[in-house]
Amino acid sequence: MKKNQLSIKTIVAIGIGAAVFIILAKFAAIPSPVPNTTIQTSYAFLALMAVVFGPIAGGLIGLIGHALNDAISYGSVWWSWVVVSMIVGLLIGLAAKKMDIESGVFHTKKIITFNIVQVIAQGIGWFLLAPALDILIYAEPANKVFLQGLFAGLSNMVTVGVIGTLLLAGYAKTRSRSNSLTREL
Amino acid sequence: MAVEMLSYIDRKSPIHQLTGVTKLICFIVWSSAAMLTYDTRILAFLFVFSILIFMISKIKVSEVSFVLIFILVFLFINNLAIYLFSPQEGVKIYGSSHVLFEIAGRYTVTIEQIFYQCNVTLKYFAVIPVALLFIVTTHPSEFAASLNKIGVSYRISYAVALALRYIPDIQRDFRNIALSQQARGIDMSKKEKLPIRIKNAASIIFPLILSSMDKIETISNAMELRGFGKNNQRTWYRARPFQAGDYVTLAAFGLIFVTAMVVTFHDGNRFYNPFV
Amino acid sequence: MKKRVIEFNDYSFKYHSQTAPTLNNINITVYEGEKVLIVGPSGSGKSTIGHCISGLVPFSYKGEVTGSLKILGRDAQSLDIFTRSKIVGTVLQDPDGQFIGLTVGEDIAFSLENDCTDQMTMKKLVEETAITVEMNEYLPASIHHLSGGQKQRVSLAGVMVDKVEIILFDEPLANLDPATGQYAIELIDRIHKETNKTVVIIEHRLEDVLHRHVDRIIVVDDGRIVADMSPDKLLSSSILEASHIREPLYVRAVKYAGCEVKEDMKPSQLHSFSIESCKDKLLDWFKAGNQVVPKEGKSPALDLKDISFSYAPGHETIKGITLSIKKGEMVSIVGKNGAGKSTLSKIICGFEKPRSGSILFNEQDVTGDTIKERSLRIGMVMQNPNHMISKHIVFDEVALGLNIRGVPENEAKKQVEKVLKICGLYPFRNWPISALSFGQKKRVTIASILVLEPEVMILDEPTAGQDLRHYTEMMDFLAELNRQGMTIILITHDTHLMLEYTTRAIVIDKGRIIADKQPSLILTDSEITSLANLKETSLLVLAKRVGMKEPKAFVEHYIAYDREVRKKWQ
Ligand SMILES: Nc1ncnc2c1ncn2[C@@H]1O[C@H](COP(=O)(O)OP(=O)(O)OP(=O)(O)O)[C@@H](O)[C@H]1O
Ligand SMILES: Nc1ncnc2c1ncn2[C@@H]1O[C@H](COP(=O)(O)OP(=O)(O)OP(=O)(O)O)[C@@H](O)[C@H]1O
Ligand SMILES: [Mg+2]
Ligand SMILES: [Mg+2]
Repeated sequence: MKKNQLSIKTIVAIGIGAAVFIILAKFAAIPSPVPNTTIQTSYAFLALMAVVFGPIAGGLIGLIGHALNDAISYGSVWWSWVVVSMIVGLLIGLAAKKMDIESGVFHTKKIITFNIVQVIAQGIGWFLLAPALDILIYAEPANKVFLQGLFAGLSNMVTVGVIGTLLLAGYAKTRSRSNSLTREL
Repeated sequence: MAVEMLSYIDRKSPIHQLTGVTKLICFIVWSSAAMLTYDTRILAFLFVFSILIFMISKIKVSEVSFVLIFILVFLFINNLAIYLFSPQEGVKIYGSSHVLFEIAGRYTVTIEQIFYQCNVTLKYFAVIPVALLFIVTTHPSEFAASLNKIGVSYRISYAVALALRYIPDIQRDFRNIALSQQARGIDMSKKEKLPIRIKNAASIIFPLILSSMDKIETISNAMELRGFGKNNQRTWYRARPFQAGDYVTLAAFGLIFVTAMVVTFHDGNRFYNPFV
Repeated sequence: MKKRVIEFNDYSFKYHSQTAPTLNNINITVYEGEKVLIVGPSGSGKSTIGHCISGLVPFSYKGEVTGSLKILGRDAQSLDIFTRSKIVGTVLQDPDGQFIGLTVGEDIAFSLENDCTDQMTMKKLVEETAITVEMNEYLPASIHHLSGGQKQRVSLAGVMVDKVEIILFDEPLANLDPATGQYAIELIDRIHKETNKTVVIIEHRLEDVLHRHVDRIIVVDDGRIVADMSPDKLLSSSILEASHIREPLYVRAVKYAGCEVKEDMKPSQLHSFSIESCKDKLLDWFKAGNQVVPKEGKSPALDLKDISFSYAPGHETIKGITLSIKKGEMVSIVGKNGAGKSTLSKIICGFEKPRSGSILFNEQDVTGDTIKERSLRIGMVMQNPNHMISKHIVFDEVALGLNIRGVPENEAKKQVEKVLKICGLYPFRNWPISALSFGQKKRVTIASILVLEPEVMILDEPTAGQDLRHYTEMMDFLAELNRQGMTIILITHDTHLMLEYTTRAIVIDKGRIIADKQPSLILTDSEITSLANLKETSLLVLAKRVGMKEPKAFVEHYIAYDREVRKKWQ
């Protein structure tokens, strides 16, 4: 297979990733103390996939996952926010090389890098992009959409920061290093 | 757990007859038209027209009512929010102010504001029927083929197909995992405190991720073993050839789009202003 | 001289995460048009051999290869996985990753699509292939709505569409009920005869595969080839016994009877098996074994009262089941694929809420209890191991339940290690579960429930994909727990397991109980066996052929005797 193309593994990762993203968005929202707001676990998963499979996978999982979820659960697609999910996935994915999660090590330094990256990525996404697009497309009042973005951004940053980090740490542990398995009688 | 989802509804109707490609293009054209314009006349026209199409499709409203209800609630809240945050947005946009009656402070109700908010709502309404139709009248397995036809790389198209294909499986897995976790004594309900709940959530999400990672492994193996990605393109078992109907529809939608754009932007402003 | 299609020469393979190689200097040669069966204990390396042939090793599973593998005379290294996929068609062991297409038609067409076959040709080919596996009715059907047996056929069709030379099956019978399994074997045989392809089958259910002729059997044990010979020769040797693989029961019986099985007696198939010479020995050996009497008079542990349930409105999966299971009973639930066995077990554990009816535990109503509350008394092992595993390391997975219940560290450790030993997993306790073979995974899930020692235990297909040794160790341990008072419910397709270990069998068909009596009685009731897709054990056939008056008693005698023999293994 040629180098410039996506590997089959990445393609499948995008497909399955999008499916999981949707299921988490629909079912794995944790009820939070704030009335009728939930903690969205799906972005933590998006971050994990982005770190494991890179920016393209991250971006497409965000795009496909969010668009499909909107479509099948709301019958219409809020492109402004879909684009944000894509960008967030893509930006976090850019850190994949640095994280090198497959190596199986995920020490404090990496944790910090990861969280800086995810905060920046989501900041750009939720604080700037989302409101900008809302104004552009729907000409909605600036202060409204900025507050929306602010809230969504902050809650997602916290979720990804907590759960995302947990998931990455857990995933790193699962990478069995070479020549590590022996039968112990 | 049973959260309803929209899915393909099988009918014999002109809409179902159209190829997925046609429907996909029309959907895109339509949404972009509705996104770009803010011209009330256009939006009104799009809305009425899409209602007509919806009737042709023989899809019953009751079959999609659960999303409609959701959307109505969403729009209501959205409108409320808009008003709370900027009650004079309309005035700003249309540059005039016809006061109807006063409430406290800046919350005076103006015709402009009402008109503006009607437009916002109309903007959503104009897209919803078409979007709904696109989803419930396009067979998922034809969808990927269509994406590929309009120029998306078949690898990415297939990723979308996989997503659609595996949503039910993942849902089943998620449920099984959640259940077997609870069977080992983990509590997900509101009874637990928040930190514990987050930890527990992770304890369910994590197995799901592990099993999904294994899935990715096995599926890509299976696909590799059956020669996926060998060539630079691939054919599609479920793709359908174009018929007269498709060309007509595409032409019609193209025309609508162009007119919409012309009417909207001829005066260099995407808003239609009845107040001057 | 026939053409050599597969040729392993001093071939060894080590998964990159392993320290020791999984395959050691194996030498196998498979000739064109041959039908070869690979058997071996769970974890012995069968699937790995399959991966080497299909190309997943080393393309997908990285590791170190030494020695040479030739396919169609060409060095395997030189063939990339796509060229391979044109030569070898593989049906994988894992049920989850098997299907890619959304509908039957698409899944069969998948590899054709990748070859850019134009649609007309594609439709024609798919139709033809679907007809050979008798699935042409179902082309538009969604994969999700197929029964276990139908899924098998689709996956077969999927590899048959492109004209591969070699078809490789990894455990094609896993999770198929006996009749469907038999059908699958006949289907494979027919295809083999019609197309003269080379067929390699990996399977534990030796007797079921031998239902049709097999040219050669290769026995793998701990990554080494311990036998490579004709079925008749193999069955007349003692190799299978040595590596703890279940021989066909009738062969066992004849050997127990102390008469020597010779190659020329054609033991590989019962109808061709010339047992004249053994008749008398068998008759002497058989002295009516004591009847197994179902435990009676105990108070009920579990009561189901008129339970009904449906996944999707309209069509009911469970239709008014009423059932009472006594304390300390060991019962089996049998029935064809899709009958509703697993669903019933999920209802009992509270995974699914019955639409109507009530569930009593020790005569108190638990219908309203949460899963968590029920789990304290009822333990369940699900059919698909992937649905239960939640930790990464074997030990942690088994310890999870105890930790949540706050059992002190060292106490838990003791119990976990004990159970791991019983399930033959102790050597792997610190391995990631993803590095285990399929049968080993299944055992992990069993261990994780065994360790909790619930009052009632439900096991869904516990012995699927297990070799005789682990089968025996686990089942005997269960039997022991049962003697100590644990109530055990086994959901199984293995008629011999049902006969050997349970005193009562409940037959489910289309969500209804159609029979509830002693296993031996069920197997002799032809109407029920056909409804439940059961297969009468070859022991009965043997007994009849020898002309015994009470074949049932003969079976019971065999079981009693067999258990004594296998006791010696531990
Ligand atoms: N991906 C892997 N990474 C590391 N080790 C592996 C991997 N897959 C299998 N193994 C190891 O190789 C050995 C053989 O596995 P394999 O799946 O070939 O067994 P098997 O004979 O197919 O068993 P079963 O009958 O249970 O399927 C096992 O001990 C397993 O731990
Ligand atoms: N989660 C589910 N959603 C919808 N239908 C289901 C679900 N699980 C099972 N079914 C359907 O319910 C019926 C009974 O399934 P079940 O798994 O109980 O059969 P089974 O007796 O366990 O079969 P097998 O012997 O193959 O395991 C089948 O027709 C199956 O397709
Ligand atoms: Mg195997
Ligand atoms: Mg089952």
